[in-house]
Amino acid sequence: MNIDKRIADDLAANDVSFVTTVPCKQLAGVIEEIDQRSDIFHIPSNKEDEGMGLCAGAWMGGKRPAIIMQNTAIGVTINTLATLIQYYRMPLPMIISYRGELREPVACQVEMAVHTKALLAQMHIPTYHFHWQSDVEEFDNILKYTFMCNKPVAILTDANFWGGYGDQ
Amino acid sequence: MIRSEILRDIAPILRDQLVVCNIGIPSQELHAIDDQPTNFYMLGTMGLASSIGLGLALAQPKTVIVIDGDGSILTNLGTLPTIGNNCPDNYILMIIDNGSYGSTGDQPTYTSMKTDLVAMARAAGCENVVEVQDVDTGTALQAAIDSGKGTVMVVKCDSGNAKMPVITMDPVVIRDRFMKAVAS
Repeated sequence: MNIDKRIADDLAANDVSFVTTVPCKQLAGVIEEIDQRSDIFHIPSNKEDEGMGLCAGAWMGGKRPAIIMQNTAIGVTINTLATLIQYYRMPLPMIISYRGELREPVACQVEMAVHTKALLAQMHIPTYHFHWQSDVEEFDNILKYTFMCNKPVAILTDANFWGGYGDQ
Repeated sequence: MIRSEILRDIAPILRDQLVVCNIGIPSQELHAIDDQPTNFYMLGTMGLASSIGLGLALAQPKTVIVIDGDGSILTNLGTLPTIGNNCPDNYILMIIDNGSYGSTGDQPTYTSMKTDLVAMARAAGCENVVEVQDVDTGTALQAAIDSGKGTVMVVKCDSGNAKMPVITMDPVVIRDRFMKAVAS
């Protein structure tokens, strides 16, 4: 199974047509897949809170958005999640590379990994953790859930899910 | 002129347009001067008015005017390259550059010193960037709308705030009526 294509296909099947990204090595394949598709508009962001602003505007303009980013971004976007996405009650699927988990080669990444789920729980953000490739089967339902409840929803995808990254 | 005088001046132009208005006193002033369902008031999240407006302009065809400030642009400088490389024709970013953080007590920003937002916007890739004096704002804004081209306006004006009430409207109500106005 090509999980990059599967994620992009599920996004398109759920009418998600506006995707912003801040890159991560783990996410390179899915970002490239999204960039090449004609049914999804891809706009790279310089910072994740900026990307959430773009998504908020796109949603108010009638497009279903999504953001793809690294879990370090949770440290950047707490205020934006609380005062924009949650306060105005907007849906936002957040496809997050969960750095600092099993098979992580870079020690510093663990420092945010240990806070990631606690911060998401504190923010009352529904959170799903993809560890095995087969976990992607849940993605379609998560997208439907997100646009049903108009909340930000986190999908944490760890190195095991992506198949590891080898040397880094 | 101070920002509230400019907003009063251009209110008849803004009335028929989709407006995304910056956090704090700018939104309070616009709300008090001419509340419209076509206005999206930011109640929090400093810095993201330009990004919200860009997302909105990219998602639908109506003209979008963002009322932003120098302090908020400096908070989210990454927005300028994103605008410069993706600017749709229906996007107007109007930066009210009064050289101060108005909502927090008029502390000076760096644009009151050496920093030049016009040059920064151009260097970031924005193609139509105009510096405007406060008294000319209405004329320049109408010209930007009529041009049908994405435009960044940097409006130079005096520092200062009008005393206006805080916005008590529920954020979901602001957002819902705005979305209905966008879709209408």
